Amino acid sequence: MQWWMAALLLVALALPIGLLYKPLGNYIAWVFTSPNHWRVERWVYKLIGVNPDREHTWHSYLRAILVFSAVGFLLLYLMQRMQMWLPYSLGLPAVSPDVAFNTAASFIGNTNWQAYSPEKTMGYTVQMVGLTVQMFVSGAVGICVSMALTRGIAYHKRGTLGNFWVDLVRAVFRILLPMAIIASVILLTAGVIQNFAGFTTISTVAGGTQVIPGGPVASQEAIKMLGTNGGSFFNANSAHPFENPTPWENLFQVFMLVVIPFSMPRAFGKIVGDHRLGYVILTTMASLFIIAYASITAAELSASGTAMQLAGASMEGKEQRLGIIGSTLFATATTGTSGGAANSMHSSYTAIGGMVTLLHMVLGEISPGGVGSGLYTMLVMVLLGVFLTGLLLGRAPVFLGKRLGVTEIKLVGIFILVLPVLALGGLGISMAIPPVRAEITNFSMSTGGPHGMSEVLYAFVSVSVNNGSAFSGFNANTPYLDTVFGILILLGRFIPIALVLALAGSFASQGRATSRATELPLHRPQFVLWLVILILYIAIPTFIPVLLLGPLAEGLH
Amino acid sequence: MHQTGRSVLIAVRLMLVFMVVLGVAYPLLVTGIGQALFHSKANGSMIQNGKGETVGSALIGQSFSDSQGNPLPQYFQPRPSVVDYDAADSGGSNQGPENPNLIADITQRKAEIAAFNGVSESDVPPDAVTASGSGLDPDISAAYAAIQINRVATARGLSVDEVEALVAKYTSRPDLGFIGETRVNVVKLNLALDELG
Repeated sequence: MQWWMAALLLVALALPIGLLYKPLGNYIAWVFTSPNHWRVERWVYKLIGVNPDREHTWHSYLRAILVFSAVGFLLLYLMQRMQMWLPYSLGLPAVSPDVAFNTAASFIGNTNWQAYSPEKTMGYTVQMVGLTVQMFVSGAVGICVSMALTRGIAYHKRGTLGNFWVDLVRAVFRILLPMAIIASVILLTAGVIQNFAGFTTISTVAGGTQVIPGGPVASQEAIKMLGTNGGSFFNANSAHPFENPTPWENLFQVFMLVVIPFSMPRAFGKIVGDHRLGYVILTTMASLFIIAYASITAAELSASGTAMQLAGASMEGKEQRLGIIGSTLFATATTGTSGGAANSMHSSYTAIGGMVTLLHMVLGEISPGGVGSGLYTMLVMVLLGVFLTGLLLGRAPVFLGKRLGVTEIKLVGIFILVLPVLALGGLGISMAIPPVRAEITNFSMSTGGPHGMSEVLYAFVSVSVNNGSAFSGFNANTPYLDTVFGILILLGRFIPIALVLALAGSFASQGRATSRATELPLHRPQFVLWLVILILYIAIPTFIPVLLLGPLAEGLH
Repeated sequence: MHQTGRSVLIAVRLMLVFMVVLGVAYPLLVTGIGQALFHSKANGSMIQNGKGETVGSALIGQSFSDSQGNPLPQYFQPRPSVVDYDAADSGGSNQGPENPNLIADITQRKAEIAAFNGVSESDVPPDAVTASGSGLDPDISAAYAAIQINRVATARGLSVDEVEALVAKYTSRPDLGFIGETRVNVVKLNLALDELG
């Protein structure tokens, strides 16, 4: 019975995504290839002093991204530090330097790791003008990078990748903003709040008092999901009834989270002129998503674990209206994208259920991945798949007319190493410094033993891969961890972006290597299967030793 | 270097444009739509008693205990809450499956709820002994409502049928039959009980 419900829920999600795959993907492709500028866009280009028809090389494209992100970072940091002077701050003081640093890094990095409790830390101005704006633009930057790589593959002997400022403005004004406005209205119909009322004290039914919060939640919630951000208005994130009031709205939240990433392969296929390749990427993403969903759901429905057995079901940290399946579907989507929102507490999942959410992030967020970052990470895996197939068959590795030479494969190799080096390296170094280790084990972990290990591992993976969800029993709000996590987020965000743009630049300057007829056929199911196996094989073994210390040990308890 | 300087100027100006459009105009537009078309929902789905006084939100759970924290027998009890239904805060326990505190809490809640409602421990459903993710869950399962009906009816001097009818009235089925769970809104149900007189 439960399994039928789980399958039906998946179908209810897949149906609208399938229907939107072509139109939304084609629309995104048009946004990034149309030579015409809208009047309002021309006005913006004039105002900011950009010639929209000048193209960037990969160096200039990367520099523009770094400068734009640095400016966004500084503005966000300063706004938090000067919160007490901003309007609608609800009397909240300035945010402390380490939390402000961590939050600024986290929001420009599309991570939305939240070291703070939002209701008690951020006033309306910081939430709207600071955080909401970064949720739009950091998501848009990801889309820009994926489209720059797409162009690099589509262009021949051109050397340029498009204009970053134009891509950014279009991603915001033509894709994210219109979708966010529509989504906000749908959220409002469900009961998500949108006001500036502050905190209202009321007398409850039983005669006690309760303080009900207000806030511009729907507008932030829409972009939180559409931009695969995850930075919530309330501490409980999407478990909070004001963010996620009804079961159908919960499904709509999951839909918002995955709709753009699942349509990106179509945009890619359209621009490079190979729709079959778009379907290959889509199928790979969807296969990994279904594997993760089935595993997490099976673990949660099995209720294995002492507390679950005692209670009768895995309901700790889950909402009654959403239920177990509504929670596992959301958990799958949030760890398969760079979402990081949560409608249930992953820390209270069964040991195996929690481990699969962790593993899902370890895959590098490609099922379907962050808005933009999902496509470019998946393309890197496709390149690796083509290269290895070429080696096995003794053919020159060529992808859509581009030769995969030493430079390209080096970039791919470094890209794959970024996540394990940051997550495991950061964790290892932190635990090797005695005072830090003492602080983490005595203060940050909610319990010792394997679960404590899972908490700290989850945190390091989540920030390094720019997810932002947490095993929240872990108290990460210490000056050391705020700083280290901020740095890991920045490295985990901008090293891959730099590598992808270098790859794009190298492709864009190449001419067509061979005729397409001699290339490996990539559109067959065999290649999808090969890709799925390859992705699992690259990601999981690196993390097995540390998983043995954490969730696997806990599951064997 | 000259290039970078120019990029900084562009980035600052563009960020200001985005702050005005995305940070001010967009939320205000959504607020305008919300306040005009979905006034009650946009303001938190607040509910009133017969005298017209606001007594809470239909979406936010409340505590139905006395000032010492003992559950009041005339009210349906909500799920356990880590934040004690303080809506200025929110969150779950985040305790893992083998956490000794969580195991002790569940054991204790199970015994207390069974005794309070006069049922056996095996009849206490999972949602009754586990804390929700938000700490503000307004709903309980139909099973948890069912074991509380006799106690509430006795405390209020009502017939079991009357209370059962009200429970049925405030029970929501899954959306479209398969999205979400069957649930009973405790806040609305308890308010309706009080309104019966």
